[in-house]
Amino acid sequence: MPANFMPSADDLLRFSPELILTIAGTLLMVLDPLFGKRAPRLFGHISILAFLAGIVGALGAQSVTGFSFSNLLIVDGYATFFRILVLSIGILAVLLSYKYLDRELAETGEYHALLLFCVAGQCLMVASNDLIMIFIGLEISSIATYILAGYLRNDKRNNESALKYFLLGSFATAFLLYGIAVIYGIAGSTKLDEIRTALSQPGVSTAAVAVAAALMIVGLGFKVSGAPFQMWAPDVYQGAPAPVSVFMATGPKAAAFAVFLRIFMTSFQQISSDWEPLIWISALLSMTIGNFAALTQNNLKRLMAYSAIAHAGYILVAFAARSDGGAAAVMFYLAAYALMNIGAFAVIIHICGKGEKNLRVEDLAGLGRTQPFVAALLTVFLLSLIGVPLTGGFFGKFYIFRAALQSNLVWLTVLGLLNSAVAAYYYLRFMVVMYMYEPGEVANSLEPLSPGLRAALVLPAIGTFFLGILPGAVLNFARASAVFTR
Amino acid sequence: MNLLDIVIAIPAIGFILALLIPRAQEQAVRMVTLVFSLAAFVLSLGLAVGYQTGQTGQQFVTNVVWIANPEIHYHVGIDGISLWLIILSTFLTPIAILLSWRYIHQQSKEFFALLLLLEFGLVGVFAAWDLFLFYVFWEIVLVPMYLLIGIWGHDRRIYAAVKFFIFTFAGSVLMLAAIIYLYNLAGTFDYALILDQLRSGHITLSHTQETFLFLAFFIAFAIKVPLFPLHTWLPDAHVEAPTAGSVMLASVMLKMGTYGLLRFCVPMFPGAARDNAPWIIILAIIGIIYGALVAMVQPNMKKLVAYSSVSHLGFVVLGIFSFTQLGLDGAVYQMLNHGISTGALFLLVGFMYERRHSLAISDYGGVATVAPWLSTVFLITTLASIGLPTLNNFIGEFLVLQGAAQANFTWSVFAALGVILSACYMLWLYQRIFYGETGEEVRHHMPDLNIREWCCIVPLIALMVWMGVYTNTFLPPVTATDANVLQQSNMNTPLRGAVTLSGGGSHAR
Repeated sequence: MPANFMPSADDLLRFSPELILTIAGTLLMVLDPLFGKRAPRLFGHISILAFLAGIVGALGAQSVTGFSFSNLLIVDGYATFFRILVLSIGILAVLLSYKYLDRELAETGEYHALLLFCVAGQCLMVASNDLIMIFIGLEISSIATYILAGYLRNDKRNNESALKYFLLGSFATAFLLYGIAVIYGIAGSTKLDEIRTALSQPGVSTAAVAVAAALMIVGLGFKVSGAPFQMWAPDVYQGAPAPVSVFMATGPKAAAFAVFLRIFMTSFQQISSDWEPLIWISALLSMTIGNFAALTQNNLKRLMAYSAIAHAGYILVAFAARSDGGAAAVMFYLAAYALMNIGAFAVIIHICGKGEKNLRVEDLAGLGRTQPFVAALLTVFLLSLIGVPLTGGFFGKFYIFRAALQSNLVWLTVLGLLNSAVAAYYYLRFMVVMYMYEPGEVANSLEPLSPGLRAALVLPAIGTFFLGILPGAVLNFARASAVFTR
Repeated sequence: MNLLDIVIAIPAIGFILALLIPRAQEQAVRMVTLVFSLAAFVLSLGLAVGYQTGQTGQQFVTNVVWIANPEIHYHVGIDGISLWLIILSTFLTPIAILLSWRYIHQQSKEFFALLLLLEFGLVGVFAAWDLFLFYVFWEIVLVPMYLLIGIWGHDRRIYAAVKFFIFTFAGSVLMLAAIIYLYNLAGTFDYALILDQLRSGHITLSHTQETFLFLAFFIAFAIKVPLFPLHTWLPDAHVEAPTAGSVMLASVMLKMGTYGLLRFCVPMFPGAARDNAPWIIILAIIGIIYGALVAMVQPNMKKLVAYSSVSHLGFVVLGIFSFTQLGLDGAVYQMLNHGISTGALFLLVGFMYERRHSLAISDYGGVATVAPWLSTVFLITTLASIGLPTLNNFIGEFLVLQGAAQANFTWSVFAALGVILSACYMLWLYQRIFYGETGEEVRHHMPDLNIREWCCIVPLIALMVWMGVYTNTFLPPVTATDANVLQQSNMNTPLRGAVTLSGGGSHAR
């Protein structure tokens, strides 16, 4: 125990993204009653600045890597990668929300404050070296997401979505907590590296460890919407406001994957051959259920929810590889996936109109003719989701299956790749209706693209091409940082 | 940066430029794409001029690192096989643009731009010398063709486009798995290095490994060829595609499959290629005869030509898997021939469709009386397609049959049936369209060829004659490269006796 409880300057710097976001979120709550009605966009602008400051903070923290606050936090390349990822997702989520909140005449202050707190929780999660800290970060992030999912409180769908998410989410968190409790009982510590050391001592009951690991897989599997814990995703994504749906599918999911991987690659690494079959099955189930359910789905948001499940499956394939290369592939894929998913949702938000119509795939009809720019960018994101070369999604899949083959997961690779051919079918349907159908009611009555949405389309498109043509920089950083405490 | 890089880059630059031109400037888009495609063609001729026939291995090589880790190179180069296929691609693209000049009305900017993107992918596929780069170009080709069929095609275009995409994509993901697997063994994507390691015994593949890797590549290529029974996407895609799409699809894209077989499948896995040759050859021969028989009963002109492609491509596969010098030479020559003559057939069918707006053979008849020039060029093309001596297809088919006979005489007997059948369906087609009673519709809607159409067809006719009469222009680089392929794969001993129709291959290694 250190005698001095005052954090050092380095500690503060390592903790700076969370501090910045929390201060900014509190500031928004104070400003809300003062400016709420007069300057609805102000809050969005402030959040973007806060997120940018958070990124600067995360980069600053990277210059003083190491443990801090009595080993509760760990700032390493891995944490920095995910911090920057969730902060960038935060920026894009704000860009997506301007127009949407405008249209729905919704309050903006609370919304953005919640978004800031949510991302603060995720930043904390990914930089935690302690199961309790992870749990706290996860709860900060989740509770904010529960509220965001039901943000438009007069909308029935929002209420349903929030309630479902809250009930099932709490249930899943309980599993995680049980797992933490069991592991604390065995190892006598909640620190990830200490658990690892404790588990390698002779005389540790492997059965009890396996129970703990299995309980955690349930809890975290829920958060990443991996099968068989994926049931909630379609309902929740469909009901929530569109910007929140896509935020849920990218930010909290990326953070959950980050801790999932960190816990299992650090603490449970020695028993990895025991949990590998579980991840293997979950990966295959997620890919197959997600893709085949999406095949018959006509509702756009539900379809994207199933596609999110399938993509979680691809990521689990890399997870099942149990290697540092696999971890790097997970990191790369989460970044690529966030970009293409946000881009695709930007189009949905653009065309959904006031009161958010229940859009079907056919409602995209003729978009290629009435708004060719939007359609062209959506095509880029769809090709990336399919995994066509020169897009980020392709390299993401490539790295994942390469890691899987390196770990001799030949069958999982073949099944995964065939799955991606199935997925091509439903993504192609988007392109079919956009370009090959006559413009329908929706395409003919579109307003021009708002500046926020334009940015939320163009930035991910640039990112998708960047990851697809020059993936080296990001991948090298991921490989260098996907090294867990041993 | 050498000439080859420039030929690859020009279509890509043209594609981006064409997209930047405002939508209203349709004429400007057409001109820009035409100029760029012509420039690529003219420069690609420089490749033929500068090509040193005597040297083995690749020429015009560029090898720079694209992605550092995993090491992926932009490694391109050409040899005798890819040289002519690249020129075929650059040759047909301006023709495809020219023939669509007035035909495409809606969204014409995207149409012409996508043709250039297609050309970029095709040239890249034939030039790539890094497996990863090859896969990238292979997939790039898929997207513009999917859109060309789906947006500008005929009534059932969406079904055809999606079927085309899914078939090809499903095949190519298997190939991707095999490529990654090879990378994990060899530590490189560079094709030349992988080949060296395989041949020097640096990597040893077990029999099962080799078979599965061979099959993963083979299925991807066989779908593209298309080999019976994986051909079902082809008639749909051809019939529904706009004329330019059909021409590019038949003339160049199908060659990606046979090129892949010859370039990658056989040299990398010679043992598995030998073991599996018997059933592959049976499928090829079934394709030759089946394609011809189905073509004969088609009421739709485009479908007839499409099935004739299945038949013609069967010859190419037969030639490759006969593992003889003559068979390989004939296969490569036949790839080019098919590109020229079937391309010309689709072009002419397209001209007739623009006039009469029908593809049904029964809607025509007596066209010769109203459009004598059209019927003359159609006749020449028909004769070329049948394989009349002094026209191009004859040489290719003859070489393939001779090569096949060297390996196993029975094969060539069955394959020769295809030649006879092709005369039946093509001449019958010609008779029904051009002779007989001239109907009212035909009389009023069948003007003869105009200048633009002459510009499209004359180069093709000239090549049919040239390739049929003076093979020395084209064959020497091909022969040298093929000999090299056979020798490097330890296949320079003819297969006679080693592989028979009753099966049972033997390892020559």
